[in-house]
Amino acid sequence: MKTLHRLLGWIDARFPLTSTWKAHVSEYYAPKNFNFWYFFGSLALLVLVIQILSGIFLTMNYKPDALFAFASVEYIMRDVQWGWLLRYIHSTGASMFFVVVYLHMFRGLMYGSYRKPRELLWIIGMVIYLALMGEAFMGYLLPWGQMSFWGAQVIINLFSSVPVIGPDLSLLIRGDFVVSDTTLNRFFALHVIAIPLILLLIVVAHLTALHEVGSNNPDGIEIKKHKDANGHPLDGIPFHPYYTVKDGVGAVGFLIVFCAILFFAPDMGGYFLEYNNFVPANPMKTPEHIAPVWYFTPYYAILRAVPPLFGSQFPGVVAMGVATVIFFFLPWLDRGKVKSIRYRGPIYKTFLALFVVSFIGLGWLGLLPATPAYTVIARILAVVYFAFFLLMPWYTRIDRCKHEPERVTSK
Amino acid sequence: MTDKVNLSKRRLLLAATTAAGGVAAAGAGAPFVLSLMPSERAKAAGAPVEVDLSKLEPGMMMSVEWQGKPVWIVRRTPEMLELLARHDNQLADPRSTVPQQPDYCNYAYRSIKPEYLVVLGICTHLGCSPTFRPEIAPPDLGADWAGGWFCPCHGSRFDLAARVYKDVPAPTNLIVPPHKYLSDGRLLVGDDSKGAA
Repeated sequence: MKTLHRLLGWIDARFPLTSTWKAHVSEYYAPKNFNFWYFFGSLALLVLVIQILSGIFLTMNYKPDALFAFASVEYIMRDVQWGWLLRYIHSTGASMFFVVVYLHMFRGLMYGSYRKPRELLWIIGMVIYLALMGEAFMGYLLPWGQMSFWGAQVIINLFSSVPVIGPDLSLLIRGDFVVSDTTLNRFFALHVIAIPLILLLIVVAHLTALHEVGSNNPDGIEIKKHKDANGHPLDGIPFHPYYTVKDGVGAVGFLIVFCAILFFAPDMGGYFLEYNNFVPANPMKTPEHIAPVWYFTPYYAILRAVPPLFGSQFPGVVAMGVATVIFFFLPWLDRGKVKSIRYRGPIYKTFLALFVVSFIGLGWLGLLPATPAYTVIARILAVVYFAFFLLMPWYTRIDRCKHEPERVTSK
Repeated sequence: MTDKVNLSKRRLLLAATTAAGGVAAAGAGAPFVLSLMPSERAKAAGAPVEVDLSKLEPGMMMSVEWQGKPVWIVRRTPEMLELLARHDNQLADPRSTVPQQPDYCNYAYRSIKPEYLVVLGICTHLGCSPTFRPEIAPPDLGADWAGGWFCPCHGSRFDLAARVYKDVPAPTNLIVPPHKYLSDGRLLVGDDSKGAA
């Protein structure tokens, strides 16, 4: 024990080990009233680790070549020992990543976690979300199935509708005149090296920003306003052991759900792994019905809902882009006197509920073929989606808020 | 010698060094970006394709691969050609004013010979390959359907001259690639120059 202590002292004189542990874990004071919704940050980190681990082992047998990619995935599924497990862990992990991240973002919406002083924390989180979308999109091309191919074809063509530079831009992304071996090879490089590196970096930045400003909580009030003699927030408890243990329970619950999907419904009825993707890519034939994986469908429905203007698809692409990027501006759109939904008035609650309905509704429509009736519904829901953001400066100001408590409450 | 620091000189030097460094970084970055553009091999892969039309029955469609993309050839029946003139008011660009075809195909039928339509099977919306639906008024496409293509991705509709209908996501008619007839039953897709054969 004494030797260990001396070793730690030796390290601390050369590397800030103990002080880092204290600052970020054992003496990072988090509000004591975290509820169910506060599981999803740590769960996102858990899924990131799962994806990196399973991904590393998948690359050992995967071949990023248009001639061999599909077959190498089937080889992993059939011949590599436990390869099916690795592959299903990775594909289930991709969908679960978005489940967790969407719930994490919704938590932020409910409790006003993006509000001052956490604007940058929110923006860094949004960058993570965008990087994650890129990572998922590129990863989906790798099995080189029909959905991989045609999904990539459609999304890359979105860029070619950008005025002036569009055609060259899509050429730059594909590296060829059609989605081809070149595209597959570079998406592999980006999927396994570039974006994971960026993701890790911005996840560290996200946590650094979080620990600088401190966590928000379900009451949306600052615990740093009331401190004890030692300068610790009265309503705060050290992250370790209190929240390491709590998050551990969350992780176990999550892994139960994760394994249930993994072992009993890895393709989730065609929602996590689309049936058409078990057919090798065929550049000559588009499948009868193509739809992106579920986590992209809300934006896809918005894209389809916008009719072309002046003979160009660009307005739809802009609407889709704005629908994602508009989250960045939330800290400045929200003019409410309180942060948390607990003390907001009925107008905000109504708008948030409508937003959830529009997001899920658009997601559902994005999975279905575009019939005229569905297009009308998608247009209505898209208007609701944007109204939530664009009218926010108005309705959050006139809303009748309740009084925030001085100290956090526990139910 | 004086120990006074000439701050404005330092700022100027700093700015000059930053600018020079920026130019150097942009120059060094250029090869990386250019390596992402299509390679010489990809550029050379677009050779013309010769097609034998003798086995194509009236009313049928065949597709061939050119530059990695599907090219459709439809042998239109006289009835099909007759129907083409009837729905101009439902089309976005019935007279093909947008240059989506070589000049020699710039009229209602959008082909060299009215009978044979040669068109690139890539939707002008987002690049899916539409489905050939030659039947008249099928239940899923409506009573007005006079034959053509339906894009499964986003619901764009094209008639049998590959002209786009109004109020669908696709903004323009399908592209007619350069092509020419080598003889009556032999077509060359991808080249329309007089000399080549």
